Amino acid sequence: MEEDIDTRKINNSFLRDHSYATEADIISTVEFNHTGELLATGDKGGRVVIFQREQESKNQVHRRGEYNVYSTFQSHEPEFDYLKSLEIEEKINKIRWLPQQNAAYFLLSTNDKTVKLWKVSERDKRPEGYNLKDEEGRLRDPATITTLRVPVLRPMDLMVEATPRRVFANAHTYHINSISVNSDYETYMSADDLRINLWNFEITNQSFNIVDIKPANMEELTEVITAAEFHPHHCNTFVYSSSKGTIRLCDMRASALCDRHTKFFEEPEDPSNRSFFSEIISSISDVKFSHSGRYIMTRDYLTVKVWDLNMENRPIETYQVHDYLRSKLCSLYENDCIFDKFECRDVTLEASRENSKPRAILKPRKVCVGGKRRKDEISVDSLDFSKKILHTAWHPSENIIAVAATNNLYIFQDKVN
Amino acid sequence: MFARGLKRKCADSEDSPPAPPACSLQRQSLLDMSLVKLQLCHMLAEPNLCRSVLIANTVRQLQEEMSQDSAWQVPAPASAGRGPLERLVSTEILCRTPWEQQGGHSAADSGGSPAPDLLSEPPGAPSAQAPRGAPGCAWEAASPRESRGGFQRSLDQIFETLDSKAPRAAEGLFADVDGPYYDLDAVLTGMVGAKSVPGDGFETLAPTGAPPPGVSYKRDLGELDHVVEILVET
Repeated sequence: MEEDIDTRKINNSFLRDHSYATEADIISTVEFNHTGELLATGDKGGRVVIFQREQESKNQVHRRGEYNVYSTFQSHEPEFDYLKSLEIEEKINKIRWLPQQNAAYFLLSTNDKTVKLWKVSERDKRPEGYNLKDEEGRLRDPATITTLRVPVLRPMDLMVEATPRRVFANAHTYHINSISVNSDYETYMSADDLRINLWNFEITNQSFNIVDIKPANMEELTEVITAAEFHPHHCNTFVYSSSKGTIRLCDMRASALCDRHTKFFEEPEDPSNRSFFSEIISSISDVKFSHSGRYIMTRDYLTVKVWDLNMENRPIETYQVHDYLRSKLCSLYENDCIFDKFECRDVTLEASRENSKPRAILKPRKVCVGGKRRKDEISVDSLDFSKKILHTAWHPSENIIAVAATNNLYIFQDKVN
Repeated sequence: MFARGLKRKCADSEDSPPAPPACSLQRQSLLDMSLVKLQLCHMLAEPNLCRSVLIANTVRQLQEEMSQDSAWQVPAPASAGRGPLERLVSTEILCRTPWEQQGGHSAADSGGSPAPDLLSEPPGAPSAQAPRGAPGCAWEAASPRESRGGFQRSLDQIFETLDSKAPRAAEGLFADVDGPYYDLDAVLTGMVGAKSVPGDGFETLAPTGAPPPGVSYKRDLGELDHVVEILVET
């Protein structure tokens, strides 16, 4: 049936030849490109899989473009740090697309320590009719060549190649948690727990340190960097968030080392909600600029907040994403779920294994905290914390979201009327 | 485990009679849980720094509240300017003797207070070193390059101290050794044998004033062994 085939198109690309999913297939990051035509996913095994949206054909107007596998490549391999006797995980932490400037696509992918620039290009023609080589590529004996011909390009089956163009390594002592491409398209930054480095795409053997919050005595460490992003239009401005729920905006023109922030965003604590877990749940897991650059959106454990850059003392909007978890904080601390890092574009969805039909209508279900349970609500106690969605991506212009749940990728789109 | 997240309202009742035992029990088990998590962090090859920092901050907050609660009747000014290391010592003691703390609450009513004594007791060398397994090392493990540097510096400090403070006693000792690599045992033995020690590095360990010769150098040796053991482990 058509629907089953669609499911297989997406899911089979993740499952290896065995019928069970291995841990290496767990998706660790999802990112649409700027047009939404391509969707890249990174997994724990260091692989990147890129999906491309089908061109809408005139024959099937009612059918929106489906996403099919476009390219798969091994971005990072496990490495061994001999100095520390530690293995460096190959898990892809973040993928960021570069704006498209020619026929090829470029993306940055990073694991804990190394950022790589990949070029993904199509080849659908190949030259034929070489003089010095025969059809199989073997060299011809020059003595046998009697005529000259001009090689011609002939069409071939589409081949998508991914090649590593740059490797930016050895700049981070701690784990890289964010990368962000600058609006000048010449530089980008990579942020780890304590430092942020600025890179030029052309230079791989050095980077410029722009933020360093490492204390002289590590025992005094109380705050780490959790996310960072460049302003969408001003190439001198960026923000970074911390584990204490604060956001700092920095201007690189002010000084070489941006340890002194230009703006400091922090919401005063609500004394009525104070608990031992207040600090943990206030830790910001992701920060994003709006398209205009006027607002930033931050995600902490229970809320999404929208801030106006012109107002530092509190957010302009706060959305409770799953406030019903507030009463469960102790259990969540116990099973470590409280440390999960959610991304800024997610919506709370309960991933249930029954939802395997690709065209199932996704309804966010209301969760009630206690007391009487209404007919279509779910009690908070029945929530299974092992089925959680950590990685989602929203199409830049249409109502399409990609949701990654362990090793499966679900794409939900608006029903076409 | 608990129906609600622990609220701070428990600790707000500082003016009224001491916090109810249930609240401090909850706090205690939360503290235990946090310390276990930190220990696990420390055992992992590469601990998640953010997680370690958040847990450590939670531990500090719990300790602050606990010390506030138990010290509200007997102020302990000695604990005011302490760094996190000493605070962790109090935690360790609190963790080991939860029943004493409970006793401390009720005893505080009558004026006797063993718990505040535990808090204000200056940390002895062994217990000062043990909690380094807690936050201090959790993220130091993330950068052993720096801690190895620290180890080297501490060793250098020891050798420097020996060189400058006890030249006469050490002369004969160093003369026997070739090259820059000294036999640590020989050095320590020689150092302890010379009673003109201690140098800068050991002021905190060896008590000031002239100790009785027979007992003191054995204790010094024990403490030195302990220090070296810790340094080597780092």
